[in-house]
Amino acid sequence: MSIVIDTGNRIAAKAAIMAKPDVVAAYPITPQTTLVEAIAEYYAKKEFTGEYICVESEHSAMSACIGASAAGSRTFTATSSHGLLLMHEMLHWAALARLPVVMCNINRVIGPGWNIWVDENDSISQRDTGWIQFYCSSNQEIYDTVIQAFKIAEHANILLPVMVNLNAFILSHTSMPAEIPEQRTVDDFLGPYIPGWKLDIENPVTFGNIIGPDSYIKVRYAMQQAQMQAKQLIPQVAKEWKKHSGFFHGDLIEYFECEDAEYILLAMGAIGAESKIAIKELRSKGHKVGLARVRVFRPFPTEDIIALGKQAQLIVIDRNISVGNEGALFTETKAAVSGIPETSVQGYIAGLGGKDVTYQDIETMVEKAMTGKAAHQLWYGVEEDR
Amino acid sequence: MPDDLSTSAENTWCPGCGNFGILSAFKKAARKLEERGIDREHLVICSGIGCHGKIFDYLRLNGLYSLHGRSMATVQGMKLGNPDLKVVAFAGDGDAYGEGISHMIYAAKRNADITVIVHDNGAYALTAGQFSPTSEKGFKGPSLPNGSVEEPLNPLALMLEAGASFIARGFAGKIDHLSDLMVEAILHEGFSVIDVLQPSVVFNNTYKEYNERTAIIAQTPRSYEDAIRLAKDKGTQVPIGIFYQVSKPVYHKELMGSWNPVRDKTARNDRLKKIKEIL
Repeated sequence: MSIVIDTGNRIAAKAAIMAKPDVVAAYPITPQTTLVEAIAEYYAKKEFTGEYICVESEHSAMSACIGASAAGSRTFTATSSHGLLLMHEMLHWAALARLPVVMCNINRVIGPGWNIWVDENDSISQRDTGWIQFYCSSNQEIYDTVIQAFKIAEHANILLPVMVNLNAFILSHTSMPAEIPEQRTVDDFLGPYIPGWKLDIENPVTFGNIIGPDSYIKVRYAMQQAQMQAKQLIPQVAKEWKKHSGFFHGDLIEYFECEDAEYILLAMGAIGAESKIAIKELRSKGHKVGLARVRVFRPFPTEDIIALGKQAQLIVIDRNISVGNEGALFTETKAAVSGIPETSVQGYIAGLGGKDVTYQDIETMVEKAMTGKAAHQLWYGVEEDR
Repeated sequence: MPDDLSTSAENTWCPGCGNFGILSAFKKAARKLEERGIDREHLVICSGIGCHGKIFDYLRLNGLYSLHGRSMATVQGMKLGNPDLKVVAFAGDGDAYGEGISHMIYAAKRNADITVIVHDNGAYALTAGQFSPTSEKGFKGPSLPNGSVEEPLNPLALMLEAGASFIARGFAGKIDHLSDLMVEAILHEGFSVIDVLQPSVVFNNTYKEYNERTAIIAQTPRSYEDAIRLAKDKGTQVPIGIFYQVSKPVYHKELMGSWNPVRDKTARNDRLKKIKEIL
């Protein structure tokens, strides 16, 4: 085991190569670039011995990963923002073909206007593709999640691609310490990828055939069942990883000071991490507040959020907006607790376009919501005085 | 120096970048076009994403800052929307020959009346120096520390094969020559492309090589075959100038004749009259 201090992108690259993928295919886009460059560095030094291909677009990158995965390879890629959007149809393809590709997405704004900072509209707009989605809040969590992502994706009961999201610059380019276990530990935990079926001349199979409505609906049903099973599997895999490595990142939600909380804040990504400081400050002022940092957005942790709704009033911060309705976490949280009488859900849109969200901002949002002012989801910094 | 074609945007290209030569050449071209009756209101620009794309911020002209690889497709729409416009797509080598290569091929195939100016530096410079579609074999960058194993694309030969009716190569270090090429390309009726050799001082500094090796083509090749031969020429000199120019039917006229959706739009009263007739 060693402790390294490095950026989120480089820690993600370290985790990816330690999982020993057979194929990595990628195309550069800010702020993902340094992640793939780190893999290129390991490849050049022969510390990564899989195949590494620089392709001509993100659509090609995901297509190459799909081909490699169908041929039985463990595959990895990384992208961001418009790169993720260009992959869109292939994201559906990977999920419907049940190919366990693992990808890091660096959450970055969608243009125009052009902007390279953080918000989560890129990955949130891909939530219905069938990919499992994680949102990280520290470099250690990035490491642990990337390793676990391969285990989850390749599990015989899951066989779905996994997207590990990290916020642009706040995580991708910020150095933090992370504990990196020995290669042996990762090898023992993951083992080789043994596909249930693959493109094999000895035992030919095909992917992506034409199927009629009777079968197609079953394909979707099977994907849904796999996502539902992932809710149980994700914490189990994390416990197993803890046995091997000693670190734990794995519940669908990370709880902080929730035991006696009367108000619980829900957030994802880096805002989730920043919220811990805000919670401590609010506690010091005597407010009984807690934090539920949503790590897994797909599958959505409905049961856990219902439990929160039975205990406390909920306040949601979204760094995304489904234009014409609301932030995605706000909408889905309200849907989850809709059957619980007396539970209120209030919400904020904050930090779009990379606008800084400090712990003081979070404190302000929570205190305002405690007076019932954010019931219809306010845009923090835009219309907070409405 | 700020002038009436400059904007207030701060220029963030690296000092010495070939993009400055392209920007200067284009400003000169815009002025020469004015002298030849094309006013600025009818010159519309579009760019993709990459270092080249910032030219959009630095030119006081109308247009649209498009997506990576899509500026060539976007200007085709502009031209169809108003055929009176002269439309220019700026693109990088990653835009034009990588992510957007299908748009280049189809614009050439249908002889869309657009101009594409490719800032070809043989590297992805905005993302800090990865290999690109025109990087030489063996090119070393952060995405390929051991060097590329791929042969570069030959964009001029490709565009000739796809059916482009005006093909040229310029050099960002020969501004007046490049500016003349731009004028000719924009005045050409049909698909015109200029592959501009653009040194990137940080990631692929080719100034010395191109200052020594570029040579202006004495006479435009008379035949397609001669043009192909010149485009594939791997001699010590790097020819710059017009490789091929031919007059062919253009897409918007084949599609719409002389009709212009803006100029020939039915007046509101006539439209209402028609609706009343139908009702």
